[in-house]
Amino acid sequence: MLSEHSVDHVLLERGEVANSWRCERWDSLCLLTPNWQSRLPGYPYQGADPGGYMTAHELATHISGFAAASQAPVRTHTTVTALRRMEGGYHVLTDRGELRCRSVVLASGAANLPRVPPLRSAVPPEIDCVTPHEYGNPHRLPPGGVLVVGASATGVQLAREIHQSGRPVTLSVGEHVRLPRTYRGRDVLWWMEASGVWNQKYTEIAELERARRLPSPQLVGTPERATLDLNTLRVAGIELVGRLSLIRDGRALFSGGLANQLALADLKMNRLLDTFDAWHRSSSPDLQCGPVERFEPTRPPASQRLTIDLRSGEIRSIVWATGFRPDYRWLEIPVLDNHGELRHDGGAVLGAPGLYAVGLPVLRRRKSTFILGAEDDARDIVAHLVQFLAGAAPLAPTGIIE
Amino acid sequence: MEQLNRVNNGVNVQALLDAREALRQAPEAAEFTWRASCKWKNGTFAQSTVRGFRGLGQEQSHKSEFSFETDHPEVFASEDRGATPVELVLVGLASCLTAGVAAVAQNRGIQLRSVEAKLEGKMNIYGILGVDSNVRNGFDDISVTFHIDADASRQEIEALVAQSQKRSAVYDIVTNPTSVTVEVA
Repeated sequence: MLSEHSVDHVLLERGEVANSWRCERWDSLCLLTPNWQSRLPGYPYQGADPGGYMTAHELATHISGFAAASQAPVRTHTTVTALRRMEGGYHVLTDRGELRCRSVVLASGAANLPRVPPLRSAVPPEIDCVTPHEYGNPHRLPPGGVLVVGASATGVQLAREIHQSGRPVTLSVGEHVRLPRTYRGRDVLWWMEASGVWNQKYTEIAELERARRLPSPQLVGTPERATLDLNTLRVAGIELVGRLSLIRDGRALFSGGLANQLALADLKMNRLLDTFDAWHRSSSPDLQCGPVERFEPTRPPASQRLTIDLRSGEIRSIVWATGFRPDYRWLEIPVLDNHGELRHDGGAVLGAPGLYAVGLPVLRRRKSTFILGAEDDARDIVAHLVQFLAGAAPLAPTGIIE
Repeated sequence: MEQLNRVNNGVNVQALLDAREALRQAPEAAEFTWRASCKWKNGTFAQSTVRGFRGLGQEQSHKSEFSFETDHPEVFASEDRGATPVELVLVGLASCLTAGVAAVAQNRGIQLRSVEAKLEGKMNIYGILGVDSNVRNGFDDISVTFHIDADASRQEIEALVAQSQKRSAVYDIVTNPTSVTVEVA
């Protein structure tokens, strides 16, 4: 898109194109979105299985194909070590030289580093602590019981896989987003897109901060298009406990509020399904789809444990599926708030004209962090950037990498 | 807003929403300290009072002092001059959730006609009597049943009750561990 506007640009990539999809995902990971939704600007999915879900490796190949087709000027194996303000623009330091430019787009993603709660420091040392970046597969965990903390997409997927490896699994459940894999015969993410929910703009969302903090939905991409909800996990034999509130004297204490977390997620799911049904009735009544469905409420466990003695040997490892955060350690410009989040208005970084971000949660639309969401956001950001450049003073010749 | 104006549950939601925005800019003003005092009278009978608290960056006070008598019933060989402390915990939970239902309903434009909560806390007194060290002192289980008459669907009412739990201080206090320090002055 920058080329369409004749904007001279370069893309810096610390490894190969789509590096994080090659190196920072667990072995079995598949996308949550069906293949036909993995479309990039001018580069739709053209494989044989539009309803399937790509592996991380397949997605990396897809993104590399897009990079080649769009002739993106990518400098691979170039790690940015610092980004600073300078007169008339920005100074980019890399491990392969320096660069000066008038505008910078941060496209390094929202999930660079695992977000692990401080109470990890109270875990007894004999227990292995593993983040999703370190996890790989269940066989890397020690034999014995596993506590999975967090019930977003990552948590429910890893809990199921670890359970299938024969290890007893306890899943600590806080606030979560329940979704069926398919609704009325179609992928639930088809509904998110078709009904316009995903297109909702950040300026139209009443509780924007909350929307930006929402955990990823409990979905998994499998050939069977199976729903992976907490009922499924409980029936399979995974023990559900409440949110991990505290570790004291080697004992993990869980919230007694699990029933309400389950009720809230069911209510929110049903409200979303109501939205889909209303959209279908009013906008597309002729569209072929199955009858209205409502799913079984999530049943709380019959007896719920509030404490587990981490020194008893029952739990041998803890998987922290407690979310991710961006890595801005190289960003030497004061644009972060006191939670370490980037202050921005729809991707235009506040207090730093010419600095932009893409790919953060609900950056400009609900779909901003999904692959198909990149196009609309990029178009808006590029339009803003082009306007900014038109008004900006020219910069001395750019620096050189290699 | 039109919806908000039509509905009156006696909760000034706008003031609460304004306060939320104001406190976002002044995090230190959001730090509150709540206080209670208790005086032993005789036997298991005691009298507790609340008056002052701290918040919005300064000392605050209720309009008057409120007083609560606590005792134990005759089956505990006491004189039953007040509610038991564990019943006061149920009272705290019930009143917090009920106030929350009213506030959330006002915010969502739902007119309430009546709200009643019935609470039960199950407890095996082997714990407090020291008969069995495997039995905890406190409640094993608390159940709350709301009867709500309102201009809303059952799903909307269930959502009110769920949101009230999500924002309730006492619900959080009883469902999550809290660090407690007890000293002799």
